[in-house]
Amino acid sequence: MNDEVIQLDRVGMIYQAASGPVEALSDISLNVRRGEFIALVGPSGCGKSTLLRIVAGLRPATRGSVKVNGAEVTKPIAAVGMVFQAAVLLRWRTILDNVLLPAELAGLDPRKYRERAFELLRLTGLEDFANKRPNELSGGMQQRASLCRALLLDPPLLLMDEPFGALDAMTRDDMNLELLRVWGESSAQRKTILFVTHSIPEAVFMADRVVVMSARPGRIAEIKPIDLPRPRTVQVRATARAGELSLDIFEKLTGRRS
Amino acid sequence: MMRSMRWLVARLPTVSLFVILLIAWQLAVSVGGIREYLLPSPASVFAALTNGEIPWSRHIWVTAVEIIGAFVIAAVAGVFLGTMIAWSRIISQALMPFLVFVNTLPKVAVAPLFLIWMGYGILPNMLIGAMIGFFPVVINTAVGLTQIDRDLLDLGRVFSAPKWKVFVKIRIPNAYPFILSALKITATSAVVGAIVGEFVASQRGLGYVIIATQSSMDTAVAFAALFWISLVGLVTFGIVAMLTRILTPWAENGENP
Repeated sequence: MNDEVIQLDRVGMIYQAASGPVEALSDISLNVRRGEFIALVGPSGCGKSTLLRIVAGLRPATRGSVKVNGAEVTKPIAAVGMVFQAAVLLRWRTILDNVLLPAELAGLDPRKYRERAFELLRLTGLEDFANKRPNELSGGMQQRASLCRALLLDPPLLLMDEPFGALDAMTRDDMNLELLRVWGESSAQRKTILFVTHSIPEAVFMADRVVVMSARPGRIAEIKPIDLPRPRTVQVRATARAGELSLDIFEKLTGRRS
Repeated sequence: MMRSMRWLVARLPTVSLFVILLIAWQLAVSVGGIREYLLPSPASVFAALTNGEIPWSRHIWVTAVEIIGAFVIAAVAGVFLGTMIAWSRIISQALMPFLVFVNTLPKVAVAPLFLIWMGYGILPNMLIGAMIGFFPVVINTAVGLTQIDRDLLDLGRVFSAPKWKVFVKIRIPNAYPFILSALKITATSAVVGAIVGEFVASQRGLGYVIIATQSSMDTAVAFAALFWISLVGLVTFGIVAMLTRILTPWAENGENP
Protein backbone atom coordinates (compact mmCIF):
# COMPACT_ATOMS: atom_id res chain seq x y z
CA MET A 1 0.00 0.00 0.00
CA ASN A 2 1.20 3.42 -0.94
CA ASP A 3 1.59 5.64 2.06
CA GLU A 4 2.05 8.87 0.15
CA VAL A 5 -1.40 10.41 -0.23
CA ILE A 6 -0.30 13.48 -2.15
CA GLN A 7 2.69 13.55 -4.48
CA LEU A 8 3.56 16.87 -6.09
CA ASP A 9 6.47 16.77 -8.48
CA ARG A 10 7.82 20.08 -9.82
CA VAL A 11 4.30 21.50 -10.14
CA GLY A 12 4.00 24.84 -11.90
CA MET A 13 1.07 26.99 -12.76
CA ILE A 14 0.93 29.84 -15.24
CA TYR A 15 -2.29 31.68 -15.92
CA GLN A 16 -3.15 34.28 -18.52
CA ALA A 17 -3.94 37.66 -17.03
CA ALA A 18 -4.90 40.76 -18.99
CA SER A 19 -1.31 41.97 -18.74
CA GLY A 20 0.18 38.69 -19.97
CA PRO A 21 1.12 35.35 -18.47
CA VAL A 22 1.61 35.26 -14.71
CA GLU A 23 3.56 32.54 -13.00
CA ALA A 24 1.52 31.68 -9.92
CA LEU A 25 3.39 28.58 -8.83
CA SER A 26 6.82 27.32 -9.68
CA ASP A 27 8.65 24.08 -8.99
CA ILE A 28 6.51 22.82 -6.13
CA SER A 29 7.59 19.38 -4.95
CA LEU A 30 6.00 17.93 -1.86
CA ASN A 31 5.01 14.49 -0.63
CA VAL A 32 2.36 14.16 2.04
CA ARG A 33 2.03 10.96 4.05
CA ARG A 34 -1.24 9.40 5.15
CA GLY A 35 -2.55 10.99 8.34
CA GLU A 36 -0.19 13.92 8.12
CA PHE A 37 -1.24 17.47 9.00
CA ILE A 38 0.46 19.90 6.61
CA ALA A 39 0.11 23.65 7.01
CA LEU A 40 0.88 26.00 4.14
CA VAL A 41 1.92 29.51 5.15
CA GLY A 42 3.03 32.39 3.02
CA PRO A 43 2.27 35.95 2.02
CA SER A 44 -0.83 36.86 0.04
CA GLY A 45 -0.44 35.94 -3.60
CA CYS A 46 2.01 33.11 -3.03
CA GLY A 47 -0.46 30.72 -4.63
CA LYS A 48 -1.21 28.59 -1.59
CA SER A 49 -4.94 28.58 -2.29
CA THR A 50 -4.26 27.80 -5.92
CA LEU A 51 -2.09 24.87 -4.86
CA LEU A 52 -4.95 23.54 -2.76
CA ARG A 53 -7.29 23.70 -5.73
CA ILE A 54 -4.75 21.99 -7.94
CA VAL A 55 -4.57 19.11 -5.48
CA ALA A 56 -8.38 18.93 -5.50
CA GLY A 57 -8.35 18.80 -9.30
CA LEU A 58 -10.41 21.97 -9.50
CA ARG A 59 -7.70 23.84 -11.44
CA PRO A 60 -5.21 22.20 -13.74
CA ALA A 61 -1.49 22.55 -13.14
CA THR A 62 0.33 23.74 -16.20
CA ARG A 63 3.53 21.89 -15.38
CA GLY A 64 4.71 18.92 -13.36
CA SER A 65 2.73 16.03 -11.98
CA VAL A 66 0.05 15.90 -9.30
CA LYS A 67 -0.86 12.52 -7.84
CA VAL A 68 -3.40 11.73 -5.16
CA ASN A 69 -3.43 8.17 -3.86
CA GLY A 70 -1.03 7.24 -6.61
CA ALA A 71 -3.31 8.36 -9.44
CA GLU A 72 -2.63 11.34 -11.66
CA VAL A 73 -5.15 14.15 -10.99
CA THR A 74 -6.95 15.19 -14.18
CA LYS A 75 -10.41 16.07 -12.86
CA PRO A 76 -11.94 16.96 -9.48
CA ILE A 77 -11.04 14.17 -7.12
CA ALA A 78 -13.68 12.37 -5.12
CA ALA A 79 -13.27 11.53 -1.45
CA VAL A 80 -12.08 14.94 -0.44
CA GLY A 81 -13.58 17.34 2.07
CA MET A 82 -13.21 21.05 1.50
CA VAL A 83 -13.50 23.92 3.96
CA PHE A 84 -13.17 27.48 2.70
CA GLN A 85 -12.48 30.80 4.36
CA ALA A 86 -16.17 31.65 4.26
CA ALA A 87 -18.56 29.01 5.51
CA VAL A 88 -20.53 29.21 2.21
CA LEU A 89 -23.62 27.56 3.64
CA LEU A 90 -26.83 27.61 1.64
CA ARG A 91 -28.83 30.23 3.49
CA TRP A 92 -32.22 28.75 2.64
CA ARG A 93 -31.36 25.40 4.18
CA THR A 94 -31.27 24.38 7.81
CA ILE A 95 -27.90 23.52 9.30
CA LEU A 96 -28.74 19.82 9.13
CA ASP A 97 -29.68 20.04 5.45
CA ASN A 98 -26.52 22.01 4.76
CA VAL A 99 -24.43 19.29 6.35
CA LEU A 100 -26.27 16.71 4.22
CA LEU A 101 -25.59 18.57 0.97
CA PRO A 102 -22.54 16.51 -0.10
CA ALA A 103 -24.61 13.31 0.06
CA GLU A 104 -27.23 14.88 -2.20
CA LEU A 105 -24.69 16.26 -4.65
CA ALA A 106 -22.91 12.93 -4.82
CA GLY A 107 -26.21 11.20 -5.62
CA LEU A 108 -26.43 9.31 -2.33
CA ASP A 109 -29.54 8.93 -0.22
CA PRO A 110 -29.33 11.75 2.35
CA ARG A 111 -31.64 9.87 4.77
CA LYS A 112 -28.89 7.31 5.28
CA TYR A 113 -26.54 10.07 6.44
CA ARG A 114 -28.81 11.77 8.97
CA GLU A 115 -27.38 9.75 11.82
CA ARG A 116 -23.85 10.64 10.79
CA ALA A 117 -24.79 14.30 10.37
CA PHE A 118 -26.24 14.44 13.87
CA GLU A 119 -23.15 12.76 15.25
CA LEU A 120 -20.95 15.43 13.66
CA LEU A 121 -23.21 18.23 14.89
CA ARG A 122 -22.99 16.75 18.39
CA LEU A 123 -19.22 16.53 18.11
CA THR A 124 -19.00 20.23 17.24
CA GLY A 125 -21.63 21.35 19.75
CA LEU A 126 -24.22 22.25 17.15
CA GLU A 127 -26.86 19.62 17.89
CA ASP A 128 -29.29 22.24 19.20
CA PHE A 129 -28.93 24.22 16.00
CA ALA A 130 -29.70 21.44 13.51
CA ASN A 131 -32.97 23.05 12.47
CA LYS A 132 -31.79 26.65 12.48
CA ARG A 133 -30.84 28.58 9.39
CA PRO A 134 -27.27 29.83 8.89
CA ASN A 135 -28.12 33.49 9.54
CA GLU A 136 -29.18 32.53 13.07
CA LEU A 137 -25.65 31.28 13.85
CA SER A 138 -22.47 33.17 14.70
CA GLY A 139 -19.51 33.11 12.33
CA GLY A 140 -17.70 30.49 14.38
CA MET A 141 -20.75 28.25 14.48
CA GLN A 142 -21.24 28.59 10.74
CA GLN A 143 -17.66 27.54 10.17
CA ARG A 144 -18.22 24.52 12.43
CA ALA A 145 -21.23 23.57 10.33
CA SER A 146 -19.07 23.91 7.25
CA LEU A 147 -16.53 21.56 8.85
CA CYS A 148 -19.33 19.05 9.56
CA ARG A 149 -20.36 19.28 5.89
CA ALA A 150 -16.80 18.54 4.81
CA LEU A 151 -16.64 15.51 7.11
CA LEU A 152 -20.06 14.03 6.24
CA LEU A 153 -18.86 11.47 3.72
CA ASP A 154 -15.82 10.70 5.89
CA PRO A 155 -13.25 11.72 3.28
CA PRO A 156 -9.69 10.52 3.96
CA LEU A 157 -8.34 13.88 2.75
CA LEU A 158 -9.31 17.35 4.01
CA LEU A 159 -8.36 20.49 2.12
CA MET A 160 -8.80 23.63 4.19
CA ASP A 161 -8.35 27.10 2.73
CA GLU A 162 -7.83 29.57 5.59
CA PRO A 163 -10.83 28.07 7.34
CA PHE A 164 -10.54 30.20 10.46
CA GLY A 165 -9.09 33.32 8.86
CA ALA A 166 -12.31 35.30 9.12
CA LEU A 167 -12.92 34.49 12.80
CA ASP A 168 -11.93 36.57 15.78
CA ALA A 169 -8.82 35.46 17.67
CA MET A 170 -10.58 33.74 20.55
CA THR A 171 -12.98 31.80 18.38
CA ARG A 172 -10.07 30.86 16.20
CA ASP A 173 -8.15 29.38 19.15
CA ASP A 174 -11.24 27.36 20.07
CA MET A 175 -11.66 26.14 16.53
CA ASN A 176 -8.02 25.05 16.37
CA LEU A 177 -8.45 22.80 19.38
CA GLU A 178 -11.74 21.56 18.05
CA LEU A 179 -10.29 20.65 14.68
CA LEU A 180 -7.47 18.73 16.34
CA ARG A 181 -10.04 16.86 18.43
CA VAL A 182 -12.26 16.05 15.43
CA TRP A 183 -9.21 15.05 13.44
CA GLY A 184 -8.45 12.50 16.15
CA GLU A 185 -4.88 13.42 17.00
CA SER A 186 -4.12 10.12 18.65
CA SER A 187 -6.16 7.88 16.39
CA ALA A 188 -4.46 5.71 13.79
CA GLN A 189 -7.14 6.42 11.17
CA ARG A 190 -6.77 10.13 11.23
CA LYS A 191 -7.26 12.07 8.04
CA THR A 192 -4.64 13.72 5.92
CA ILE A 193 -5.04 17.50 6.12
CA LEU A 194 -3.72 20.24 3.90
CA PHE A 195 -4.32 23.47 5.77
CA VAL A 196 -3.72 26.91 4.30
CA THR A 197 -3.30 29.74 6.80
CA HIS A 198 -1.95 33.24 7.19
CA SER A 199 -1.10 32.69 10.82
CA ILE A 200 2.32 31.30 11.68
CA PRO A 201 1.43 30.42 15.30
CA GLU A 202 -1.66 28.59 14.05
CA ALA A 203 0.43 26.64 11.54
CA VAL A 204 3.00 25.69 14.17
CA PHE A 205 0.37 24.69 16.69
CA MET A 206 -1.56 22.43 14.33
CA ALA A 207 0.81 20.90 11.83
CA ASP A 208 3.29 18.06 11.62
CA ARG A 209 5.15 20.01 8.97
CA VAL A 210 4.84 23.63 7.93
CA VAL A 211 5.43 24.43 4.28
CA VAL A 212 6.73 27.99 4.06
CA MET A 213 6.04 29.61 0.70
CA SER A 214 7.38 32.74 -0.95
CA ALA A 215 5.53 34.86 -3.47
CA ARG A 216 5.84 35.77 -7.15
CA PRO A 217 6.18 33.10 -8.25
CA GLY A 218 4.92 30.90 -5.43
CA ARG A 219 7.72 28.59 -4.39
CA ILE A 220 8.46 26.44 -1.41
CA ALA A 221 11.00 28.36 0.65
CA GLU A 222 11.31 25.78 3.38
CA ILE A 223 9.60 22.73 4.81
CA LYS A 224 9.75 22.91 8.57
CA PRO A 225 9.07 19.78 10.65
CA ILE A 226 7.27 20.64 13.88
CA ASP A 227 8.62 18.53 16.71
CA LEU A 228 6.05 19.55 19.31
CA PRO A 229 4.43 16.64 21.17
CA ARG A 230 0.87 15.53 20.50
CA PRO A 231 -1.79 15.92 21.66
CA ARG A 232 -1.28 19.62 21.20
CA THR A 233 -2.76 21.49 24.12
CA VAL A 234 -2.89 25.10 25.18
CA GLN A 235 0.17 24.29 27.32
CA VAL A 236 2.06 23.04 24.26
CA ARG A 237 1.25 26.24 22.44
CA ALA A 238 2.71 28.27 25.29
CA THR A 239 6.07 26.44 25.33
CA ALA A 240 9.35 28.12 24.40
CA ARG A 241 9.83 25.56 21.62
CA ALA A 242 6.58 26.62 19.93
CA GLY A 243 7.69 30.24 20.08
CA GLU A 244 11.11 29.35 18.68
CA LEU A 245 9.58 27.51 15.71
CA SER A 246 7.23 30.41 14.99
CA LEU A 247 10.14 32.83 15.10
CA ASP A 248 12.18 30.68 12.70
CA ILE A 249 9.33 30.62 10.22
CA PHE A 250 8.74 34.33 10.64
CA GLU A 251 12.39 35.03 9.83
CA LYS A 252 12.27 32.73 6.83
CA LEU A 253 9.14 34.45 5.52
CA THR A 254 10.28 38.02 6.01
CA GLY A 255 13.97 37.52 5.46
CA ARG A 256 14.61 39.45 8.64
CA ARG A 257 16.69 38.46 11.64
CA SER A 258 14.91 39.68 14.69
CA MET B 1 -56.45 44.69 21.90
CA MET B 2 -52.97 45.89 22.85
CA ARG B 3 -51.64 44.88 19.47
CA SER B 4 -54.27 46.76 17.51
CA MET B 5 -53.65 49.79 19.70
CA ARG B 6 -49.95 49.68 18.95
CA TRP B 7 -50.72 49.21 15.26
CA LEU B 8 -52.88 52.33 15.32
CA VAL B 9 -50.26 54.37 17.13
CA ALA B 10 -47.59 53.28 14.64
CA ARG B 11 -49.81 54.34 11.73
CA LEU B 12 -50.88 57.60 13.36
CA PRO B 13 -48.59 59.89 11.30
CA THR B 14 -49.77 58.33 8.02
CA VAL B 15 -53.43 58.45 8.97
CA SER B 16 -53.25 62.01 10.27
CA LEU B 17 -51.55 63.27 7.12
CA PHE B 18 -54.14 61.50 5.00
CA VAL B 19 -57.01 63.08 6.92
CA ILE B 20 -55.41 66.55 6.81
CA LEU B 21 -54.87 66.32 3.04
CA LEU B 22 -58.45 65.16 2.54
CA ILE B 23 -59.83 68.08 4.54
CA ALA B 24 -57.57 70.56 2.73
CA TRP B 25 -58.71 69.13 -0.59
CA GLN B 26 -62.39 69.37 0.31
CA LEU B 27 -61.92 72.96 1.58
CA ALA B 28 -59.99 73.99 -1.53
CA VAL B 29 -62.91 72.94 -3.68
CA SER B 30 -65.91 74.00 -1.58
CA VAL B 31 -64.45 77.18 -0.02
CA GLY B 32 -61.60 78.01 -2.44
CA GLY B 33 -63.92 77.83 -5.42
CA ILE B 34 -61.96 75.47 -7.67
CA ARG B 35 -64.30 74.27 -10.36
CA GLU B 36 -65.40 70.65 -10.11
CA TYR B 37 -64.35 69.65 -13.64
CA LEU B 38 -60.77 70.66 -12.78
CA LEU B 39 -60.62 69.14 -9.34
CA PRO B 40 -63.63 67.29 -8.03
CA SER B 41 -64.12 67.33 -4.27
CA PRO B 42 -63.52 64.17 -2.27
CA ALA B 43 -67.24 64.02 -1.66
CA SER B 44 -68.06 63.88 -5.37
CA VAL B 45 -65.30 61.34 -6.00
CA PHE B 46 -66.88 59.19 -3.32
CA ALA B 47 -70.25 59.67 -4.96
CA ALA B 48 -68.76 58.56 -8.29
CA LEU B 49 -67.22 55.51 -6.65
CA THR B 50 -70.62 54.38 -5.45
CA ASN B 51 -72.49 55.54 -8.56
CA GLY B 52 -74.75 52.68 -9.61
CA GLU B 53 -74.90 53.88 -13.23
CA ILE B 54 -71.27 53.00 -13.89
CA PRO B 55 -70.72 49.20 -14.00
CA TRP B 56 -67.58 49.42 -11.86
CA SER B 57 -67.37 45.71 -11.07
CA ARG B 58 -67.31 44.82 -14.78
CA HIS B 59 -64.57 47.39 -15.54
CA ILE B 60 -62.53 46.34 -12.53
CA TRP B 61 -62.85 42.70 -13.53
CA VAL B 62 -61.61 43.32 -17.10
CA THR B 63 -58.65 45.40 -15.96
CA ALA B 64 -57.78 42.98 -13.17
CA VAL B 65 -57.77 40.03 -15.58
CA GLU B 66 -55.49 41.98 -17.94
CA ILE B 67 -53.12 42.89 -15.13
CA ILE B 68 -52.93 39.39 -13.71
CA GLY B 69 -52.56 37.89 -17.19
CA ALA B 70 -49.79 40.36 -18.03
CA PHE B 71 -48.07 39.57 -14.77
CA VAL B 72 -48.23 35.80 -15.24
CA ILE B 73 -47.03 35.94 -18.86
CA ALA B 74 -44.15 38.26 -17.90
CA ALA B 75 -43.18 36.06 -14.96
CA VAL B 76 -43.25 32.78 -16.88
CA ALA B 77 -41.52 34.16 -19.99
CA GLY B 78 -39.01 36.09 -17.89
CA VAL B 79 -38.02 33.15 -15.71
CA PHE B 80 -37.81 30.87 -18.75
CA LEU B 81 -35.60 33.24 -20.76
CA GLY B 82 -33.46 34.06 -17.73
CA THR B 83 -32.90 30.36 -17.09
CA MET B 84 -31.93 29.79 -20.73
CA ILE B 85 -29.42 32.61 -20.51
CA ALA B 86 -27.89 31.24 -17.34
CA TRP B 87 -27.87 27.68 -18.64
CA SER B 88 -25.81 28.20 -21.78
CA ARG B 89 -23.36 30.81 -22.93
CA ILE B 90 -24.34 30.28 -26.57
CA ILE B 91 -28.04 30.83 -25.89
CA SER B 92 -27.14 33.89 -23.87
CA GLN B 93 -25.06 35.34 -26.70
CA ALA B 94 -27.83 34.65 -29.21
CA LEU B 95 -30.70 35.99 -27.10
CA MET B 96 -29.34 38.97 -25.24
CA PRO B 97 -29.11 41.47 -28.12
CA PHE B 98 -32.73 40.77 -29.07
CA LEU B 99 -33.95 41.12 -25.52
CA VAL B 100 -32.08 44.37 -25.06
CA PHE B 101 -33.54 45.64 -28.32
CA VAL B 102 -37.09 44.72 -27.30
CA ASN B 103 -36.52 46.38 -23.97
CA THR B 104 -35.32 49.65 -25.50
CA LEU B 105 -38.48 49.90 -27.63
CA PRO B 106 -40.96 52.31 -26.12
CA LYS B 107 -43.69 49.76 -25.44
CA VAL B 108 -46.38 52.38 -25.44
CA ALA B 109 -45.56 53.09 -29.07
CA VAL B 110 -45.94 49.44 -29.99
CA ALA B 111 -49.41 49.18 -28.45
CA PRO B 112 -51.31 50.24 -31.60
CA LEU B 113 -49.54 47.48 -33.58
CA PHE B 114 -50.72 44.85 -31.12
CA LEU B 115 -54.27 46.03 -31.65
CA ILE B 116 -53.90 45.81 -35.43
CA TRP B 117 -52.60 42.26 -35.11
CA MET B 118 -54.96 40.98 -32.48
CA GLY B 119 -57.93 43.28 -32.53
CA TYR B 120 -59.73 44.63 -29.50
CA GLY B 121 -59.92 42.61 -26.37
CA ILE B 122 -58.17 41.44 -23.32
CA LEU B 123 -55.26 39.59 -24.92
CA PRO B 124 -53.42 42.49 -26.63
CA ASN B 125 -53.64 44.54 -23.44
CA MET B 126 -52.20 41.63 -21.48
CA LEU B 127 -49.33 41.29 -23.92
CA ILE B 128 -48.50 44.99 -23.74
CA GLY B 129 -48.33 44.72 -19.96
CA ALA B 130 -46.23 41.58 -20.19
CA MET B 131 -43.84 43.23 -22.63
CA ILE B 132 -43.26 46.17 -20.30
CA GLY B 133 -42.70 43.91 -17.30
CA PHE B 134 -40.75 40.88 -18.45
CA PHE B 135 -37.25 42.31 -18.87
CA PRO B 136 -36.33 42.82 -15.21
CA VAL B 137 -37.43 39.24 -14.58
CA VAL B 138 -35.09 37.92 -17.29
CA ILE B 139 -32.14 39.85 -15.94
CA ASN B 140 -32.75 39.08 -12.28
CA THR B 141 -33.33 35.40 -12.98
CA ALA B 142 -30.07 35.16 -14.90
CA VAL B 143 -28.18 37.07 -12.21
CA GLY B 144 -29.69 35.05 -9.37
CA LEU B 145 -28.78 31.80 -11.09
CA THR B 146 -25.20 32.82 -11.76
CA GLN B 147 -24.25 34.95 -8.78
CA ILE B 148 -23.06 32.11 -6.63
CA ASP B 149 -19.96 31.75 -4.54
CA ARG B 150 -17.30 29.99 -6.60
CA ASP B 151 -16.44 27.84 -3.61
CA LEU B 152 -19.99 26.51 -3.56
CA LEU B 153 -19.81 25.53 -7.22
CA ASP B 154 -16.45 23.87 -6.54
CA LEU B 155 -18.25 21.80 -3.95
CA GLY B 156 -20.58 20.60 -6.70
CA ARG B 157 -17.60 19.69 -8.87
CA VAL B 158 -15.84 17.81 -6.10
CA PHE B 159 -18.88 15.57 -5.73
CA SER B 160 -19.21 15.40 -9.53
CA ALA B 161 -22.80 16.55 -9.30
CA PRO B 162 -24.52 16.82 -12.70
CA LYS B 163 -25.35 20.30 -13.97
CA TRP B 164 -29.12 19.94 -13.46
CA LYS B 165 -28.57 18.94 -9.85
CA VAL B 166 -26.46 22.01 -9.13
CA PHE B 167 -29.28 24.01 -10.74
CA VAL B 168 -32.00 22.45 -8.65
CA LYS B 169 -30.16 22.36 -5.32
CA ILE B 170 -28.06 25.50 -5.45
CA ARG B 171 -28.75 27.88 -8.34
CA ILE B 172 -32.54 27.98 -8.40
CA PRO B 173 -33.12 28.55 -4.66
CA ASN B 174 -30.37 31.15 -4.79
CA ALA B 175 -32.32 32.97 -7.51
CA TYR B 176 -35.65 33.14 -5.60
CA PRO B 177 -35.08 36.49 -3.89
CA PHE B 178 -33.75 37.98 -7.13
CA ILE B 179 -36.78 36.79 -9.11
CA LEU B 180 -39.25 37.93 -6.48
CA SER B 181 -37.81 41.42 -6.29
CA ALA B 182 -38.10 41.68 -10.09
CA LEU B 183 -41.70 40.48 -9.86
CA LYS B 184 -42.48 43.42 -7.59
CA ILE B 185 -41.49 45.72 -10.44
CA THR B 186 -43.46 43.59 -12.88
CA ALA B 187 -46.58 43.86 -10.72
CA THR B 188 -46.43 47.62 -11.19
CA SER B 189 -45.62 47.61 -14.90
CA ALA B 190 -48.41 45.14 -15.63
CA VAL B 191 -50.83 47.82 -14.41
CA VAL B 192 -49.26 50.42 -16.69
CA GLY B 193 -49.45 48.07 -19.68
CA ALA B 194 -53.07 47.14 -19.16
CA ILE B 195 -54.16 50.77 -18.83
CA VAL B 196 -52.12 51.89 -21.85
CA GLY B 197 -53.72 49.13 -23.91
CA GLU B 198 -57.15 50.29 -22.84
CA PHE B 199 -56.28 53.89 -23.66
CA VAL B 200 -55.39 52.97 -27.21
CA ALA B 201 -58.51 51.02 -27.97
CA SER B 202 -61.10 49.30 -25.86
CA GLN B 203 -64.68 49.48 -24.73
CA ARG B 204 -64.22 48.05 -21.29
CA GLY B 205 -61.87 48.43 -18.37
CA LEU B 206 -60.79 51.23 -16.05
CA GLY B 207 -58.49 52.77 -18.67
CA TYR B 208 -61.46 53.02 -21.00
CA VAL B 209 -63.47 54.75 -18.26
CA ILE B 210 -60.79 57.42 -17.92
CA ILE B 211 -60.62 58.03 -21.67
CA ALA B 212 -64.40 58.25 -21.82
CA THR B 213 -64.53 60.97 -19.15
CA GLN B 214 -62.32 63.18 -21.33
CA SER B 215 -65.26 64.07 -23.54
CA SER B 216 -67.85 64.26 -20.78
CA MET B 217 -65.55 66.30 -18.46
CA ASP B 218 -66.72 64.06 -15.65
CA THR B 219 -63.49 64.35 -13.70
CA ALA B 220 -64.92 62.79 -10.56
CA VAL B 221 -65.38 59.52 -12.43
CA ALA B 222 -61.78 59.66 -13.69
CA PHE B 223 -60.63 60.06 -10.10
CA ALA B 224 -62.78 57.16 -9.02
CA ALA B 225 -61.27 55.01 -11.81
CA LEU B 226 -57.77 56.01 -10.64
CA PHE B 227 -58.71 54.89 -7.16
CA TRP B 228 -59.77 51.46 -8.42
CA ILE B 229 -56.65 51.11 -10.60
CA SER B 230 -54.33 51.80 -7.71
CA LEU B 231 -56.31 49.40 -5.54
CA VAL B 232 -55.93 46.58 -8.09
CA GLY B 233 -52.21 47.42 -8.42
CA LEU B 234 -51.81 47.42 -4.67
CA VAL B 235 -53.41 44.00 -4.33
CA THR B 236 -51.13 42.56 -7.05
CA PHE B 237 -48.09 44.03 -5.37
CA GLY B 238 -49.29 42.74 -2.00
CA ILE B 239 -49.61 39.20 -3.35
CA VAL B 240 -45.99 39.28 -4.56
CA ALA B 241 -44.82 40.70 -1.23
CA MET B 242 -46.67 37.93 0.57
CA LEU B 243 -45.18 35.29 -1.74
CA THR B 244 -41.74 36.70 -0.98
CA ARG B 245 -42.29 36.24 2.72
CA ILE B 246 -43.60 32.69 2.28
CA LEU B 247 -41.03 31.47 -0.26
CA THR B 248 -37.91 33.16 1.09
CA PRO B 249 -38.27 33.64 4.83
CA TRP B 250 -34.49 33.17 5.02
CA ALA B 251 -33.86 36.24 2.87
CA GLU B 252 -35.53 38.70 5.25
CA ASN B 253 -33.85 41.57 7.07
CA GLY B 254 -32.75 43.39 3.96
CA GLU B 255 -30.96 40.44 2.48
CA ASN B 256 -33.08 40.81 -0.64
CA PRO B 257 -31.15 42.14 -3.60
